[in-house]
Amino acid sequence: MKLRAALAMIAVVAAGLATLAAVTDGFRAATSEAAWRLAVAEWPRPLPDATLIDQSGRTLRLWLSALRGRPVLVEFFYTSCPAICGLLASQFQAGFERLIAQPEGLEVLLLSVSFDPERDTVTELADYAARLGADGRIWRVARVNDPIELRGLLDAFGVVVLPDGAGGFVHNAAIYLVDAQGRLARVYDPDAAERAIAELGG
Amino acid sequence: MIPGLLLYAVLVMPPVAAWLEGSMVGHMLVQIPLLALAGSLVAHGASGGRGAVFAGFNTGGVPGLLVALFAAAAWMLPRMLDAALRSALMEAAKFITVPLLVGAPLALSWPLLPPVARGFVWANLISHAAVLGWLYSVAPNRLCTRYLLDQQATLGTTLLIVAMALLLGWGWFAIVGAPLKLRANP
Repeated sequence: MKLRAALAMIAVVAAGLATLAAVTDGFRAATSEAAWRLAVAEWPRPLPDATLIDQSGRTLRLWLSALRGRPVLVEFFYTSCPAICGLLASQFQAGFERLIAQPEGLEVLLLSVSFDPERDTVTELADYAARLGADGRIWRVARVNDPIELRGLLDAFGVVVLPDGAGGFVHNAAIYLVDAQGRLARVYDPDAAERAIAELGG
Repeated sequence: MIPGLLLYAVLVMPPVAAWLEGSMVGHMLVQIPLLALAGSLVAHGASGGRGAVFAGFNTGGVPGLLVALFAAAAWMLPRMLDAALRSALMEAAKFITVPLLVGAPLALSWPLLPPVARGFVWANLISHAAVLGWLYSVAPNRLCTRYLLDQQATLGTTLLIVAMALLLGWGWFAIVGAPLKLRANP
């Protein structure tokens, strides 16, 4: 009787720990954001193609042509964002300063993608880019015309955008590294643009 | 047993599930505890209230209690709440495992637990609710990607209130004693 219960207890503890380990990636991730970062770092993943319009009205096919062969740091934002997007923008500004100060050879691009195509027209994006000093060559600010492509892009990057009920959005903020092969390779904290560039050799 | 089945039937109705899952408090502090309660009621009815089922494996109720604690711990992880919202499979897993692995073992083990172990469970429940409540109300980051920050803060405040209420209830119970009904029926 006692032995059975003791064995049952050991079995329960073992199964319980194994289950908790399984649902936390070995006790490394309790939130879905942490789990996503781990998964991306361990297995870089291909991204769906999408057509973007940048601040100068130019069309670029993502990953296939315009940006291919160079690592790209990507952030998602909307121009009327009152909060976290400002942090991302200032991070990209610092990253941009760092990139243009580099000697030739380091070709890292910055890409800011709006997820609010209704309000963020090309004119709006041009204003925004001018305010931040985005040059349209190293740093592009863009929108996605096709809502289905935008949806697919957000899903592929793991960006969850929720309306905040006051005309704005709540979204998880991060800096994404797309490698030279066009794969999502790393997810950085929203304040880690310079660290990301340093890790790319800049 | 019948009330447990009825409660479960109400909880699985898609509009009810969607409504409760619409807020973090509803998901974590209403739906999941009620699913556990449904499992408890059914198990309590099925065992005649004596925890006789699996008794040979559940000496002192400790193995059963551990099953419930591990399963509850898993479903308290923010990523599990996100996963249940994102995937129908995880949602189904929640509706199966919470009653079966949290509620039922708790009901079957509670009558077997020595008073010290019951006190241990209560003390931990209260302190965890308080600590988690504080964490949720001050955390600057969203822990669930599918809920807003103000919902997280509301959950934190609610947890603090629950902890306080449990503490007061428990203190009352300790000082004044059990209600007559419970005393007459040990």
